[in-house]
Amino acid sequence: MTDRSADILPADQSIGRVSDQLTGIPLHFPAGRRWLIAMVFASLLLLMFVISVIALFTRGVGIWGINIPVNWAFAIHNYVWWLGIGHAGTLISALLLLTQSEWRNSLNRFAETMTLFAVVCAGIYPVLHLGRPWYLYWMFPYPATMNVWPQFRSPLEWDIWAVLTYLTVSFAFWYTGLIPDLAAARDRATTRGWQIFFGVTSLGWRGSATHWLRWSQAYRLTAGLAVPLVVSVHSEISLLFAAGQIPGWHSTIFPPYFVLGAAFSGFAVVSIIAISLRSWFGLTNLVTDEHLDLLGTVLLATGLMTAYGYIFEIFGALYSGDPHELQTLSDRLTGAYAWTYWGAIFFNFVPLQALWWRSARRTGWSLMLISISVALGMWLERYMILVTSLYRDFLVSSWGGFTPTFWDWSTYFGTIGLFLVPFLIAIRLIPLISIFETEELLHEEQEARHG
Amino acid sequence: MAESSYGLLAEFDSPEALKAAAKQARAAGYRRLDAFTPFPVEGLAQILRLPKPNISWVGLAGGVAGASVALLMQCYVNYDFPINVGGRPLYAFSAFPVVMFELTILFSALSMIAAMLWQNGLPRLNHPLFDARRFYLASKDRFFLCIADDDGRFDQTETGSFLRRAGAKSVELTAL
Repeated sequence: MTDRSADILPADQSIGRVSDQLTGIPLHFPAGRRWLIAMVFASLLLLMFVISVIALFTRGVGIWGINIPVNWAFAIHNYVWWLGIGHAGTLISALLLLTQSEWRNSLNRFAETMTLFAVVCAGIYPVLHLGRPWYLYWMFPYPATMNVWPQFRSPLEWDIWAVLTYLTVSFAFWYTGLIPDLAAARDRATTRGWQIFFGVTSLGWRGSATHWLRWSQAYRLTAGLAVPLVVSVHSEISLLFAAGQIPGWHSTIFPPYFVLGAAFSGFAVVSIIAISLRSWFGLTNLVTDEHLDLLGTVLLATGLMTAYGYIFEIFGALYSGDPHELQTLSDRLTGAYAWTYWGAIFFNFVPLQALWWRSARRTGWSLMLISISVALGMWLERYMILVTSLYRDFLVSSWGGFTPTFWDWSTYFGTIGLFLVPFLIAIRLIPLISIFETEELLHEEQEARHG
Repeated sequence: MAESSYGLLAEFDSPEALKAAAKQARAAGYRRLDAFTPFPVEGLAQILRLPKPNISWVGLAGGVAGASVALLMQCYVNYDFPINVGGRPLYAFSAFPVVMFELTILFSALSMIAAMLWQNGLPRLNHPLFDARRFYLASKDRFFLCIADDDGRFDQTETGSFLRRAGAKSVELTAL
């Protein structure tokens, strides 16, 4: 163990106090008013989402700005963006569990919670985009009376399997990690309602050594499966693009480019949530400046890897010498949507450079602003990839354009409500930092100090 | 032996004290031991001689099952309703691995978690130990060792004083 990870949590706090502090957040909620204000705001966004979906289902996808040739636009663009955000949660909790990076223990719970709801927001977009969403079940292989089956040789069919698997496994992994903490909250609960809620959800966990042994094996192995799952899910999404022939999409750089961009935007959102929750609930003793430092470092690293993807994308286009590729490249750099390209470059990579300085990484507000910039930049990048490739494809006669309508925007902002409402409910109901893993880490640190 | 009980529950204030007591209990010939801790304690499983868990084999079986189901499903679907897409092969083994991979992970992860719960006998909302007065601390900062009533060497008074000698902060007889 390095010196750094040995002292990531202040070692002078007692295990019992940390347990009380963390179970106290759902049981004696400290920030009721602020939570209520956030909830009202999030509910309004969710209401907007519901209205947008009703309008969409009544009038059809024509209310969006999509057309031929730009037939994917916001629906797929936000789908990729949300799913990418979700991936950081899995990477933090699974990958860093396997590499025994103990600093993850203060972040993994809310990062995983973020994953769950981000995947829900992502998963809903292709359904909305179907046009006739009530035929969603056609994607499943069931013995239909029409004697047809789904087409498994198409990336569009792979999509639903990837996303549903990802959602299910993320949920199972999140819940498995949550069981011991729900038991801790159950044992601290004093009112009947909470006792019943935590009593039922903790499944009767009692911390037996035999149980811990099996639990640890199951948890670690599931983590081991979750890491390649993340890579496969986002690679598979990039295949939706790369397996087609559209210039600007048809490239082998896409799978790693997408996965790294996903991790990049996800770590940015994890930083935003970490900084907000830490100041909201006074958790500076558990989410320390050291954590922000590490998050900033990871953000910088994934950002530079994403930048490599940008460079190689240009190289790929130039090296191919294909006139359509070159035309798409010049459309991106100078065309009608060049602002999305240069916007993505600016918001993704310019403020990011501040993270080379330690003080910028360790200050909450600066890391927060950089993270917001990255989330915005990645949103523009997904916009750019979708629209600049589609609006001028092979046939000049079919060139067009894309302007988002009111309903495009309202659906998109609505999904932010769809994310925030369950997320706020989750931080109200469950321990938002893993209690037993924090205790375990504290105990190890205290051991190292005494021994 | 007096009234039948679940066992004697001894409380310790650190994982080290618990491990030392568990070692002594093994040495004294007790076999029906279990420990209850707020977080997994390293080395405890070896002291208590707990059997190695077999979750990994369940996961392997689940993974193989998932891969087979996915492969057979995709082949059957193309056999049952063959669509010629530009002369490309019906049994496209370059296209099938994506869904195979997803179902491998899905079946494997779910089977491991289900096996973990099943083998642990969870969910089980009630348990004799939950009646113990101080057992609620087992999820906070106390470490408990339980010697079960059905242990060959179990004797309420003698085992109780043995646990106190081993450094227990409190010892409680748990009703069945």
